[in-house]
Amino acid sequence: MRALKALVARDLALAARVGGSGALSLVFFLMIVAVVPFALGPDLNLLSRIGPAILWLAAVLATLIGLDRLFQADEEDGSLDLMTGAPVPMELVVLAKVLAHWLTTGLPLALAAPLFGLLVALDGTAMGATSLTLLVGTPALTFIGAVGSALTASIRRGGLILAVLVLPLMIPTLIFGVSASEAALGGTVPFTTPLAILAALSLIAGVVGTLAAAAALRWSE
Amino acid sequence: MRLTAQDLAVRRSGRRIFSGVSFALEAGEALMVTGRNGAGKSTLLAVLAGRLKPEAGTLTAHDVGEATLPECLHVVGHRDGLKSPLTAEENLAFARDLLGAPTASPRAALEELGLGHALKLPVAFLSAGQRRRVALARLLVCRRPLWLLDEPTAALDVASQGVLAGMMARHRATGGLVIAATHQALGLDGARELRIEPTAPEAPVSRDASSQDAVVGDVWW
Repeated sequence: MRALKALVARDLALAARVGGSGALSLVFFLMIVAVVPFALGPDLNLLSRIGPAILWLAAVLATLIGLDRLFQADEEDGSLDLMTGAPVPMELVVLAKVLAHWLTTGLPLALAAPLFGLLVALDGTAMGATSLTLLVGTPALTFIGAVGSALTASIRRGGLILAVLVLPLMIPTLIFGVSASEAALGGTVPFTTPLAILAALSLIAGVVGTLAAAAALRWSE
Repeated sequence: MRLTAQDLAVRRSGRRIFSGVSFALEAGEALMVTGRNGAGKSTLLAVLAGRLKPEAGTLTAHDVGEATLPECLHVVGHRDGLKSPLTAEENLAFARDLLGAPTASPRAALEELGLGHALKLPVAFLSAGQRRRVALARLLVCRRPLWLLDEPTAALDVASQGVLAGMMARHRATGGLVIAATHQALGLDGARELRIEPTAPEAPVSRDASSQDAVVGDVWW
């Protein structure tokens, strides 16, 4: 437990220091959301209709930022050797690192979503719903990304390969995230149905992603 | 603890690095691994540290209870496992919390290596030799019976080499083991020597076949 706390605290400290990826993905998220209205034009009805989809798409792309360094940075400087020698299984090491990564990327995205929703003319209900779906769904994105990150840990410039690897796997999360946000705005499906599936996706990704990433790190050679 | 290795053989990317490496170490003994550049000294240390799987052979740690071999050792190598944005103290405190079995505070360990003034300095500000000393201070912050040192004196000044020799002597006096890959005398009294020789002369004839193997292995593995 002490080892895991130390890992989470270290990664949070690193994200906050100079050169850390703490604020970067949030800024990237803002950039995408801000650029879309310029591309589509000032049609408020259109924007508010596709707003949740834009926010989700931006969240998926912003999650990819910084994921490539999740394990690669530790592989390069030898910290991974330390973690191999820690008296905890690799799965828990992965879990701690993913948790720290989600706290610095996924959580800020979900919390900032209502604010950024203003840019795409979302109303109060839609803002709340999108924010909630992001909160429930971004852990799935981070866990799926962690598998790709572990697989590409020893590859220089692995960021692109990572994106190609994990984006297809993020599609189910994206589908249910957007459909849950839209269900909140009315429609035939109650809000809780897609939200429950989204939560299930996060839980499944939590288990499968942790095991897969740990296995990928163990057999990195 | 005691350590025995029998007939270790390692293959990386299809290329045989070494084979038939055997040694046994009793409590308090030291092993100097020598050999020309590229003979596989660091590879042997990576196998011992649990980062590489040997192709053949067995590696057994005795008298360590339930712990696995990677949980019984410290690694200090070329990749020093230090995070540049964090201070020396934060790096050492992290290593101590991660590895467990704390014995000394980061301050005491750094002062032992003559780096007390660098306690609050980010590691990025330190020179190569100072970084190496911070990494060596990790040996003191928590107790692990086996020290794996890869070129520990690289970048160290003469005074620090003396301090390191003293640290290793004390460690061995309390029953610890030291395995060091080195080209220089380290001041290890009565150390055994393991010379790693290349397994087969790199005959140009067989080279084609082996590189073919490597490609097939990479693609289909």
